[in-house]
Amino acid sequence: MTAANEGRARLPLWEVFIRPRNGLAHRHVGSVHAGDAEMALMAARDVYTRRGEGRSIWVALASAIAASDPDEKAEMFDPADDKSYRQPTDYNVPEEVGDM
Amino acid sequence: MYAQGLLNASGAASADETPENLARFQARIDAEEKIEARDWMPAAYRKTLIRQISQHAHSEIIGMQPEGNWVTRAPSLRRKASLLAKVQDEGGHGLYLYAAAETLGITREEMQDQLLSGAAKYSSIFNYPTLTWADIGAIGWLVDGAAIMNQIPLCRCSYGPYARAMVRVCKEESFHQRQGYEIMTTLAEGAPEQKAMAQDALNRWWTPSVMMFGPPDTDSIHSDQSMQWKIKRFTNDALRQRFVDATVPQAEYLNLSVPAPDCKWNEATDHYDIGPLDWDDFWKVVKGGGPMNRQRIANRQKADADGAWVREAAIAYAEKHSRRMEAAE
Repeated sequence: MTAANEGRARLPLWEVFIRPRNGLAHRHVGSVHAGDAEMALMAARDVYTRRGEGRSIWVALASAIAASDPDEKAEMFDPADDKSYRQPTDYNVPEEVGDM
Repeated sequence: MYAQGLLNASGAASADETPENLARFQARIDAEEKIEARDWMPAAYRKTLIRQISQHAHSEIIGMQPEGNWVTRAPSLRRKASLLAKVQDEGGHGLYLYAAAETLGITREEMQDQLLSGAAKYSSIFNYPTLTWADIGAIGWLVDGAAIMNQIPLCRCSYGPYARAMVRVCKEESFHQRQGYEIMTTLAEGAPEQKAMAQDALNRWWTPSVMMFGPPDTDSIHSDQSMQWKIKRFTNDALRQRFVDATVPQAEYLNLSVPAPDCKWNEATDHYDIGPLDWDDFWKVVKGGGPMNRQRIANRQKADADGAWVREAAIAYAEKHSRRMEAAE
């Protein structure tokens, strides 16, 4: 039985992004294995849009995506937390002026 | 469709599993933060999830067989179309789950090999045969019903990719359960022969469905750790009780009787008593002694072998195509 599995063809992994409807951004929904982009799109359609979930699909080779390192989360993102002057709530506007 | 209770879980701890790291990890879980694929996690957490998610994926894929058995013999075009759609959904659920497990570092090929070699477990409910059309009704109603009870809490599982896959799965399962109950309703309101068929299916599927929640809490070895890690949110017995309380009135509505004489409303507990369950039979089926274990795996092996040329051709085509693109540049 293992004979059938040996040399199992390895289909590359593709990440799937779907735009639920025009006006919204594509959003990551999962992944599929496929030999090439065309088959990845077909598989993504069958697996992720059986109930009208999408109007557009992107597939990208998982190996082609560069990602930030979770271990460096602090160095990457903490500096933003102490810059309250980037937030509108950091500024006082007299109440009489109304919403701004 | 359903993740079998974990049968053994031990991941060798790695050197960085210091008390500080473990405490920090548990604090994230306690704060209901989701753990994502590349975050630090204890080896045992990873191993537990790989086992649970892959068993769950295998269950979806093997679960296509008992229902696929009736696609060509469905009694109407509508029933056939909906059964086909349901079986296709189960295949899709398997794929979402394999993808979620892959984020933990195992490849889909490794998981497939574990399934095909018989090393992997899957829900033992699929090792029972579908003898009549009414079994399709009973499976949708009971088996998918039990799966939903199990899966709704998994949408809040601490591991992000698993939780997100479960949200998709749960949305789709509700159609499965409703189509099953509709089949049961039609049969139960039909000719005496149809009603008898519905009762017979309920008789055969009731106990295995109630056992889908896994062994009693007293015998469930890894429950505590999984609860602490918020992979599991409710114990096997709590979910089982919820299922029985929801399902017995649905059987009564159909004028069918649950094949458990001790399963009665208990005023004192405000729940249905479940009655005794034969766990020896459950373990026999889990360990490979069910009526369909061998055939389910043999079918998968055949499908895998028959499909090998398609996968090879897809890769050969992709390689040829990329060589031509390179040559053209």
